[in-house]
Amino acid sequence: MAVDKELKIELGKQGVFVTTIEELYNWGRRSSIWPMQFGLACCAIEMIATTMARYDLARFGAEVFRPSPRQADLMIISGTVTKKMAPQVVRLYNQMAEPRYVIAMGACAISGGPFKQGYNVLKGIDRYIPVDVHIPGCPPRPEALLQAFMTLQKKIDGQSLTGENRPRHLNADAPGEFPVPVQGEHDLEPPANHLVWPLPVKQGTGNCVQGSEKQ
Amino acid sequence: MKTVEQIKAAIEAAVPGAGVTIVTNPSPSAQHSLLLNPSQAIAVANFLREDEELALDFLSNVTGVDYLDKEVAEKVKVTKQVAKTVDGVEQTIEETVEETRKHLEPGHLEAVYHLFSMRKKHGPVVLRMRTVNRTDKVELPSFTPIWRSAEFQEREIFDLYGIVFAGHPDLRRLLMWPEFKDHPMRKDYVEPDDFEYEPTAHDSVMARAKSHEAAGEQASLSSAEAAR
Repeated sequence: MAVDKELKIELGKQGVFVTTIEELYNWGRRSSIWPMQFGLACCAIEMIATTMARYDLARFGAEVFRPSPRQADLMIISGTVTKKMAPQVVRLYNQMAEPRYVIAMGACAISGGPFKQGYNVLKGIDRYIPVDVHIPGCPPRPEALLQAFMTLQKKIDGQSLTGENRPRHLNADAPGEFPVPVQGEHDLEPPANHLVWPLPVKQGTGNCVQGSEKQ
Repeated sequence: MKTVEQIKAAIEAAVPGAGVTIVTNPSPSAQHSLLLNPSQAIAVANFLREDEELALDFLSNVTGVDYLDKEVAEKVKVTKQVAKTVDGVEQTIEETVEETRKHLEPGHLEAVYHLFSMRKKHGPVVLRMRTVNRTDKVELPSFTPIWRSAEFQEREIFDLYGIVFAGHPDLRRLLMWPEFKDHPMRKDYVEPDDFEYEPTAHDSVMARAKSHEAAGEQASLSSAEAAR
């Protein structure tokens, strides 16, 4: 049950702190997002700059970059995902414990960027794993990564613990493991996971076919 | 530094039967290169490295080139016996006719090496080697035992062009995964059809995007029917 905002502030002034489990839970989740310590290309340099004193990611409770996927909550796909690297990225995501989030940072990570028409670059990591926030830019400035962090925090704050909108880790039916693509003779197999990344119907309209099979 | 002709003469004096040909570069840079016979290439390379005057001790760059099969049209003058009626009398006259004859020049793969001398501060000397064809006889001798810096670059050429370097200590794919079968830098490489839309489509990419659009619409129609 939601508490009236004004009343809450008034009570706070009197030394009474009122909250809901949902609010407390989301506050805890959004205030300690520990990213995984790995970078893929030049975007990683901007990610490193974001953690340093000038931009100071620590203000958002995210200063602890964990070198193990088991301890990390957030995967920042910072840079070009080559087809040689893509299976490892998906495997690392599978190894992360819920709740977990993904930020696709930069043009390459969201779409293949300048290498989109190349044979060796994955055209966006969202083909294999669900991405929470996409950041455009080549590379995006540290401010853009901070913006993405705040967007992710807002997203977490907006989630309710029950109902349709509940986060994936509270939904027993949601998929926990995502198929790792196999490096085939000519390309990755399959070229995309269409449960995560449905085929677009028409250019620019944004209408998508849910769960359609590859043609 | 010696000119290409002088280097060629020096090689031929040192390595009998080296079979070096000069490939001229008509551009203003005039950077002519030496085409080596693969069977003698190791001896030639050893000479270039060890020779006191040349002392080409530094291999700066190795790259590959792909030449497709080429159809060459030639105009040839041919004399023919032609039956003709001249002044009401049938005669066979010899006639010279110009004919265009076409023949297929087989393609090949080429490895190009750029050599410098650190000691003498000169260079580059450009070496080339050609395979017999592009399909099954794609072996060339490896220069890795002579210039160590060729190791990764020859691996890259093996990966992207498919030239097999005999005598290479560790010939594996460098950039693509081991299961990969194609050679992406070859001119007849067909890239995977792996992007469904393109925000700034044009030309061939536009055609591909349109075909995907049609496929996507078909899928939406069939899924809508299934929902009904």
